[in-house]
Amino acid sequence: MTTLDETRFAAQSAVRPKRGNVFIALSLLLAVIAVFSLAIGPTGISLQALPRAIAAALGYAPEGTAERDRLVLIDLRMPRTLLAAFVGAALATAGAMMQGLFRNPLADPGLIGVSAGAALAAVATIVLGNTVGAPIVSLLGIYALPVAAFFGGLITTIGLVAIAARRGQLAIGTLLLAGIAVGAFASSISGFLAYASDDRELRDLTLWSMGSLSGASWQKVLAVLPFAIALTFLVPRLTRALNGFLLGEAEALHLGIDTERTKRLTVVTTATAVGAAVAVAGVIGFVGLVVPHVMRLISGPDNRVVIPGSALLGAALVIFADIVARMAVRPAELPIGIVLALVGAPVFLHLVLKRGVGGWE
Amino acid sequence: MREARRLLFIALSFAATGLGCLHVLAAAEENAAATPRILSIGGDITEILYDLGQQDKIVAVDTTSLYPANALKDKKAVGYMRALSAEGVLSVNPTMIIASEQAGPPEVVTALKSSGITYVDISDKPSAVGVPEKIRHVGRVIGAEAAADALAKKVESQFAALETERKHIKTPKRAVFILAIVNGRATVGGSGTAADAILRLAGVENAAAAVSGYKPVSDEQLTEFAPDVVVTMSRGGSDQHKAAQALTLPGLSQSPAAKTNKIIEMDGLYVLGFGPRAPAAAHDLMKAIYAEAGQAATAP
Repeated sequence: MTTLDETRFAAQSAVRPKRGNVFIALSLLLAVIAVFSLAIGPTGISLQALPRAIAAALGYAPEGTAERDRLVLIDLRMPRTLLAAFVGAALATAGAMMQGLFRNPLADPGLIGVSAGAALAAVATIVLGNTVGAPIVSLLGIYALPVAAFFGGLITTIGLVAIAARRGQLAIGTLLLAGIAVGAFASSISGFLAYASDDRELRDLTLWSMGSLSGASWQKVLAVLPFAIALTFLVPRLTRALNGFLLGEAEALHLGIDTERTKRLTVVTTATAVGAAVAVAGVIGFVGLVVPHVMRLISGPDNRVVIPGSALLGAALVIFADIVARMAVRPAELPIGIVLALVGAPVFLHLVLKRGVGGWE
Repeated sequence: MREARRLLFIALSFAATGLGCLHVLAAAEENAAATPRILSIGGDITEILYDLGQQDKIVAVDTTSLYPANALKDKKAVGYMRALSAEGVLSVNPTMIIASEQAGPPEVVTALKSSGITYVDISDKPSAVGVPEKIRHVGRVIGAEAAADALAKKVESQFAALETERKHIKTPKRAVFILAIVNGRATVGGSGTAADAILRLAGVENAAAAVSGYKPVSDEQLTEFAPDVVVTMSRGGSDQHKAAQALTLPGLSQSPAAKTNKIIEMDGLYVLGFGPRAPAAAHDLMKAIYAEAGQAATAP
C-alpha cells in the first residue's frame, strides 16, 4: 500500500506543495473565516462583545445589552458557524469520495440517491405535515423535517445498494444506473407531492431547496456532532483504498484492497454525511462537486490530501458563503445555495480554464 | 510553497473583505429609543397598525406589507415572512414583534421568542369573524384597545351590511378566482383559501370549490367550472393584457364569462389580505360582479 502511494505520487510531489503545508494553509484559512463569521452579522455586534456575552451565558452579567450580545454571538452566530463548517466539510468530503469511487469528475452524491431520497422525505413532511402526516410531524415538532430528510436519504441509499448488489457483489456500473433510476423515481414522487401542495407549502419547498443556515441552533449542532466525529474517524480509513480505485477496480483488487468493503463503506459514509448536511441546511449544491476539483488543482490526485483538504476547504467556503448570505440584503437574508453558485461558479471556471482539469487528464 | 502562499493570499483577501464589512457596520450602529419599536410581519398586520395610527412605532415590516404603499418605502424590510433571519430581525432593534401565525421558519421564530423581545402571534382566519378578532388582538398588545375596538366595530358593521346585501341576491353567480396563469395553465383558488372566502363574502358561488387550495387546473376542468365571472389578481399596476388572456384560455373561451366578457381584476393584497379593507374588497367585488353592464370592469 505504502509503496503504491509513494511511487504513484512521487513524481508529482516534486512540483506539488508538501502535504503538511497544504493542511496548515487550509486550516489557517478556515480559522480566519470562522472568526470573521463570529464577528460579522447584521446587528453589528462585534467580537469585542464576546467577553460580555460569555459572562451573560454563565450568568454573571446584568440584563440588558449583554443579554442581547449573548443571544447573537453565542446562540445565533456560533451554532451557525459550526453548522456551516460541518455542512461544507460533509458535502465536500462526500463529493470527493463519490468522484473517487466512480472515477468520474462529474460524480456527486446525487448519484447514489441520497439527495433525491432526502428531498422526497422533506417534501412529504412539508406537504403532508398538516394533513395525513400530522400526528408524526407534531410529535417531532420542528425536528420532523431534519429527521425525515436524514432517514429518507439514508434509507434510499441502503435500498439502492441492496438493489444493485448481485450475489454479494456491488457492481459500480449497476450502482450508477440503478442510482439514476431510483433518483428519478423519488424525484417524480416529490414532483407529485409538490403538485398537490398549496401555495404556502410550495414556497416552503422552494426555500428549502435553495438551502439556508438561518435555522441553526445548538440543538442542531449537538445533533450533527456524532456524525462529525464518526466521519472524522471513518473517512481517513477509506482514502488509501480510494487511491487504489484511481487505477481501476480490478487493479485495486489486485493490490490487495478489499474492494467490496470499500465500495459499501464509501457509499454508506457518503449517504450519512450528505443526509446529515441536508437535514440541517436543506439542499446545498455546488460544494460537493467543485471543492474536490479545486483541491486536486492545488495538490494533485492523492486522495490522502484531496479528501481531508476538501473537508477544510468546503467548510471554509460554506462559512464564507453564509457570511455573504446574511449580509448582502440585510436585514433580510439570501438562500445560501444561490450565493455559493453565484460566487463559486466563475471562480471555478477561471481555475479550470487556467489550470486544466486536475487529476482527470 | 507557491501554492501555500497563494492560499495564504486567498485567506488574507477574505480577511480584508470581512474587515470592510465590520467597518461599515460599526458606522451604522443604531441607538434604541424610548418609544416602542414594532416589527410588523404580515401585510394585514401592517395595515391594521397603520389604520390604528401606530405607523410611527413601526421600525420594520416584511415584504408582504404592500399596503399602504409607503410602508415598504419608509420602513426597513426584513425579507419574506416565511424566510426570516433571526439576526436580521434583531438588527432592526425591535422591542415588539407582531407577526402573522404564518411567519417562519419555525427555528427562527423559536429563537426570536426566546430573545426577550415581546413576540405576538396573530391568528389568521380569512372570515368575517377573523378580521375583527385580529384587529382587537393587535390593539390589545400595543395598548390601543379603544381605537382597535372602534375599527373592529366599523369592520363588523361593514360585514353586517354586506350580509344584508347578500340576501338581496336572487340568483347567485358562479365565479372562478384565477391566481396566476403559467404556461397557459390557470391556478385557481379552491375551497379553504382566502379567495374562496372573499368570493362567498361577495355573494358569489365559487365554481372551483371542488378543488382544495390553490391548484393549477386543466382546460378540461375549467370547462366544467363554466363560470359566469372570472376574477383575477393584479400585482400593483393594472395588467389588462393578462386579464384579457384569462378569457382566451381554451377552457374558458366557451364559458358564460367569456360570452359576456365578464372579467374582474383586483389588487392581490386588497382581496386576499383579510385586513381591515376586507369588507370593502368584498363589497367592490360584489358590485363589480352584479353590475348590470356586461363590460369588463376593473375595481379599484
